[in-house]
Amino acid sequence: MEPNIRARQELERLEVVAGNGLLNRRAFLRGGAAFAAAVTGYTVAGSAAAEPLKDDPWSLEMGAVTPPLQTPSRFEKHVVRTLSNPNNELRNSHARTPHHLLNGTITPNSMHFSINHSGLPDIDPAKHRLVIHGMVRQPLVFTVESLLRYPMESRMAFVECSGNSAPMFSNQPVQATAQALHGLVSCSEWTGVRLSTLLDEAGIDPKAKWVIAEGADSLALHRSVPMKKALDDAMVGLYQNGERLMPGNGYPMRLLLPGYQGNMNVKFLRRLKLTEGPAMSYYEGKIYSQLLPDGKAYRFHFLQEVKSFITHPSFGLKMNGPGYYEISGIAYSGNGRISRVMVSADGGKTWAQAALQEPVHSKAFARFRAPWRWNGGPAVLQSRAWDEAGNAQPTRAEFVAVRGETKKPVTNLLSFPNQHYNSITSWGIASDGEIKHVYA
Amino acid sequence: MCTLKPSVALVLALAFGSGAALAQTPRLGKPISEADIKAWDIAVMPDGTGLPPGSGTATQGARVFAEKCSGCHGEGGKGSPLAPAPLFGGAPLTSGIETPKTIGNFFGYSTIVFDFVRRAMPFSQPRTLTGDEVYAATAYLLWLNKIIGENDVMDAKTLPQVKMPNRDGFIIRFPDKI
Repeated sequence: MEPNIRARQELERLEVVAGNGLLNRRAFLRGGAAFAAAVTGYTVAGSAAAEPLKDDPWSLEMGAVTPPLQTPSRFEKHVVRTLSNPNNELRNSHARTPHHLLNGTITPNSMHFSINHSGLPDIDPAKHRLVIHGMVRQPLVFTVESLLRYPMESRMAFVECSGNSAPMFSNQPVQATAQALHGLVSCSEWTGVRLSTLLDEAGIDPKAKWVIAEGADSLALHRSVPMKKALDDAMVGLYQNGERLMPGNGYPMRLLLPGYQGNMNVKFLRRLKLTEGPAMSYYEGKIYSQLLPDGKAYRFHFLQEVKSFITHPSFGLKMNGPGYYEISGIAYSGNGRISRVMVSADGGKTWAQAALQEPVHSKAFARFRAPWRWNGGPAVLQSRAWDEAGNAQPTRAEFVAVRGETKKPVTNLLSFPNQHYNSITSWGIASDGEIKHVYA
Repeated sequence: MCTLKPSVALVLALAFGSGAALAQTPRLGKPISEADIKAWDIAVMPDGTGLPPGSGTATQGARVFAEKCSGCHGEGGKGSPLAPAPLFGGAPLTSGIETPKTIGNFFGYSTIVFDFVRRAMPFSQPRTLTGDEVYAATAYLLWLNKIIGENDVMDAKTLPQVKMPNRDGFIIRFPDKI
C-alpha cells in the first residue's frame, strides 16, 4: 500500500469526538507514531515531491556577532505590538500583545501589553522610593536596593486590562485579529516581595481595610485595594520573566494583584497608604466602573473572570487547505486554575474537551489544544473555559443578557465602549479558508 | 538522636509561631514621619479627608480654566481634538452601555473631580495648580454640570457636601472581596 494512502486511512480512523471533525484530545498520546505518520501523510498527500536538499548561503559562512541583548530574527519583524498612540500625543497609549503570532503560556517581555495613561516615566532606580504609611504603627520608606535584599517569591500571573476585548461589546462582530480584540492581556513569571511582609513590618492597624496604591508617573495614578487582597497574594513585583520589569510594565517596581483588574496592579509603585475606606479615585470612580443596561454601574469589579479565546486558527491567519490542524488558545481566570476548556467546530452545537498544557497555574495562562480535521466546509470555532471555583465562561447570549451590547456597531477598535468582557470568541471559517470574526 | 529531632523541631515551631517568622524579615525600611510624606500624600477621600486649605467659585474657576485647561478641553470644556470628550452634560445613563461618562451623569463624588485635577492636571504640568486654583476649577466644572451655583464657594468643608446626581447609581460587584 502507498504510504500516503495508509497514513490517510490512519487519520480517518482517529476518533472524532464532536461535530465538524474535532478529534479526541488524547489522539497525540494514543496514536503516537501512527498519528504522527497519519498527519504527515495527510499534509503531503497530493503535493509535489520535495526538492533535493542543498546548503544555503548561511550554512557556508560564519554568522553575525553574538550580541549582548538578543532580539528576534529579522524574519520575525512583523511580530510586534500594535500601538494606539504612536506619536505620543498628550493622552494615554496602549500596546497590544500579538497573541495570534505567539504560542505557549509566557508573553515575552518585549511583547507584554502596556497601557500608560501619561507616557513612560524614566525612573532612576537609585532615587525611587516606596513609602508605606497611614494606619500603620510606623511609616516606612524603602529603596529599590533594600527591597532587592528581601526574601522573594516567583509566580506565574496574567495581567489583564479590564478594557481588554472591549470591541466585542459591539452589536456586530468587528473584523479584527486576536491581538486587536484580546491584546490587552499577557502572562509572565513575576518575582518580588510579598506585600504582606512589608505591611507587617510597618505594623497594620486592625481598623485598616484598604490600601491606596499610587504610582510615580505624572498622573500619580492611584487605586484602592482591599486589605483582604493585599494580605492574600499581593506582591511588590521587581522581576518579569527573570529580568527587571520593563518600563512599560512598571519599572522599577509594581504592585501585582494576581487575577485583579490590570489598572489596580499599580506600576511605578511609590506609595501605599492604609486607610479605613476606599479613595474613590478617578480610575475606580469613572474609568473602571462598568455601565449596565439599566443605567446602574458596577463598582469594585476587581476580578478578571474566567475567559478563553482561540489564537490558532484565528482572524489574520490563513488556512492551508483541508486536513489536520491544531486548534490552540489561551484560557485564564482571576479565580484560580483553569479546570476545563471545551472546543467546538460547529458554532457551539457540539463540544470536545481540549488538552491543557501542564502545569496549569492559578491565575495564569493555560494553553489549550485540540486536534481537528478540517473537511474544507464551513466551520465556526469556539472555546469555552471553566475555572476550579466552578465558574463557566458565559456564552455570548448569556453575557449580553446581563451586560448588554452597543446600539451601533463599534467602528473604532481602540475605543472602550464598556469593560470586563469575558464571553466566547467565535472564528468563522469559510470553504475558501478565509477566517472571520463572527457571533454564534 | 534520630527519634528526638522531629519532635524538638515541632515544639520550637509551635513555641515561636508567627512571631519568629516576623522577626526573620529583613526590616530594611527606614522610619519616616507623616510630615515628610506630605508632598506625596495627595489623595482626597470622598468624605473630604485630605482636602487642602483654599477656596474658589465657578466664576473664579472660569478664568483658571480659560488660562490653564481650555487648550486641551476646549472653550468652556466643550472638548477639542486633544481631549474630545465634553466635560459637562452627557446623556442619561439608560441610553446604552456605551454612554459617555461625565461629571454630571456619572461621578459619584465631587472629590473625584478635585483629586484628579490636583494630581493630574494640567496634563503637561501636573501638580502646579495652587489650592485656590484647584477649588476654583472644580467649582467651575461642577457649575458647568449644573450641580452648584456660580458663586457657591468650594472649600474643604463645602466640597464634600455637594451631592452628585449619580451618587446612588453604583452596585458593588464583589462585596465579599472587600
